[in-house]
Amino acid sequence: MTSLINETFKKAKNMSRPALLTYTVAGDNTKKKSLEILKSISAYADICELGFPHNTPIADGGQIQTSAYRAIKNGIKINDVFAIAKEFKISKKTTPIILMGYYNMIYQYDENRFLKKCKNSKIDGLIVVDFPYPENKNFSKKCKRQGINFIQLVSPTTSSIRLKRIIKDSHDMIYYISMLSTTGGKLKVSPRKILENYFKIKNQNKSKNVVIGFGITEKTIKSLKKADGLVVGSAICKEISKSIKKRQNAVTNVTNVVRRLKNKII
Amino acid sequence: MKIKKGISLIDQHDQFGFWGGKFGGSFIPETLKKPVEDLTKEFKKLRKDKKFIKKRDYYFKSYIGSPTSFIKLENLTNHLGGAQIWAKVVSEANGGAHKIYNATVHALLCKAMGKKYIVGDTGAGYAGKMLSMAAKKFGLKCKIFMGAKDIKRQKPNCDAMKKNGAEIVPVYSGSQTLVDAVSECMRYWVSNCDNTHMCVGSTVGPNIFVKICGWSTAQISRELKAQLKSEFKRIPKKIKLINCVGGGSSAYGFWSEFIDFDKKQIELIGVEAGGPKKSKLHAAPLSRNAKIGILHGAASYVCQDNEGQINETESISAGLDYPGVSPIHCFLKDTKRARYTYATDEEALNAHVMVTKFENLNPSLEPSHAFAEAIKIAPKLNKDTIIIVNSCGDAQKDRDILKERLGKI
Repeated sequence: MTSLINETFKKAKNMSRPALLTYTVAGDNTKKKSLEILKSISAYADICELGFPHNTPIADGGQIQTSAYRAIKNGIKINDVFAIAKEFKISKKTTPIILMGYYNMIYQYDENRFLKKCKNSKIDGLIVVDFPYPENKNFSKKCKRQGINFIQLVSPTTSSIRLKRIIKDSHDMIYYISMLSTTGGKLKVSPRKILENYFKIKNQNKSKNVVIGFGITEKTIKSLKKADGLVVGSAICKEISKSIKKRQNAVTNVTNVVRRLKNKII
Repeated sequence: MKIKKGISLIDQHDQFGFWGGKFGGSFIPETLKKPVEDLTKEFKKLRKDKKFIKKRDYYFKSYIGSPTSFIKLENLTNHLGGAQIWAKVVSEANGGAHKIYNATVHALLCKAMGKKYIVGDTGAGYAGKMLSMAAKKFGLKCKIFMGAKDIKRQKPNCDAMKKNGAEIVPVYSGSQTLVDAVSECMRYWVSNCDNTHMCVGSTVGPNIFVKICGWSTAQISRELKAQLKSEFKRIPKKIKLINCVGGGSSAYGFWSEFIDFDKKQIELIGVEAGGPKKSKLHAAPLSRNAKIGILHGAASYVCQDNEGQINETESISAGLDYPGVSPIHCFLKDTKRARYTYATDEEALNAHVMVTKFENLNPSLEPSHAFAEAIKIAPKLNKDTIIIVNSCGDAQKDRDILKERLGKI
């Protein structure tokens, strides 16, 4: 049986465009608001990544840190994250949802219990930022058994031997980190170079869906549209921060950003 | 879980970097896998390289000033009237604390790997000050990440860093202390790992950093072992080695040569920061039964909530004000080789007052925690027991806090 994630990439491919993936932090800035944002942007986003906020995020830049701290301050708990995802999937059955976060949250919740809860909430995939290959091998197998896509990350520093191994053990989707940076950094590598690296990964196994993330904004997204998918996170979190500051409707503003992003790649 | 004899504790981990199967590891973003692997290979090679060891020993001696002295605190011993109290005065090391060992080794590694930039975190400011010194000495460009709260309370060390030409990057996120400084430093390394070397300031962080730091500070116990033999003709029958524990780098360095001894002969006592007497906050994950969690790339006992969010900590001592602790100390705790306890802010201050009153020694607030425990247990022990406290930092940096709390300069 093919996964919903795979199906979604196939659909985008049939329309000769990359899939658009968004990242928002669960509970930013409230539980209700973040669900509203998720539902509203999914009109344009193909896959929604939902971050479970952690207060010591070692790989996130300022924008996502701000969103995460805001969500935690507003009392978001891990069960709320599942509740948001579950609620979202009830109304948007065909939009894959990917949970993204740090391993300590999973460790404290207990791996097996966490995965059961994921399955129960109809989570399609998982990204764990600080749980690299090969340490994540067992966990990744556990995910597969529950029908959850474990998404491996690769970066410009990943060696070619390592890359081969990671691809071999990966599921349907691979996340390529565009450059040496935390999330939300300014794109400091040329899109040509990024795509060159991207195809080194893609050409090893064409059946894998490879997405590019980090540094993607309204300005840069178009130049990378040859990829299977593109992830935008910090630019969205930034818009939420801006809307709150200006006392504007974050749902409308964020949806507009996502719509514009989508228009640039179709 | 068992400690093996005859093998350095820093090497007693499994293939994934775990001590006792569950402490340590390398929980790092993919981008850091390569630089961590490179560093691991380089360190593995260099620690067996005779030339490198010679170089290390040369700088330890001529630059750091090894060995630091080992002295009896006669007046304090007489005052307390129990066990003999001795101190290993590591604060005599160049710069005023044990952090210089790790900083020097990291600067040498950075040079060996052909990197020109070095970054590090700091709490009390000692790790930062020493890294800035070592960077200056070896011609490296240096950036130090430090919590905004710590910058305020440890000004003398910040002045030193600036004087050495290092850039201090203030960290305003979270509690604005060491935990946030380490996070920000790791973020910086993620973004610049192609030309920059990172020095983690204690025996914490991904496996390799625990090893390098432990390997560096182990010099303290090598010296002590020789000093014990020359002072007592042989290793005495009853010793208690008391050390403060924040990340745990000085404690590991103080103990490493003595881990194979029976604990009835040499007891290892770690003293964590209990925080203000009336506060619920502390920085004592080992002695106040925190759960295992993942912080800054390693699994250890961590002050955290049920969900895995890292708790704020509170301590008068910036160097101990950290929610996690070295995986090596977790291993020593679970194997029961070391015993861990805590001292409150007030107890540490009182200890500082007592030590400075009786002795010509000026321990910073970090080792004052260790002295608090020594003062507590010494009267109950007989004079054949040798208590040795690692006086691993000088209180010069604490002058503002001491002035505020004690009204003295």
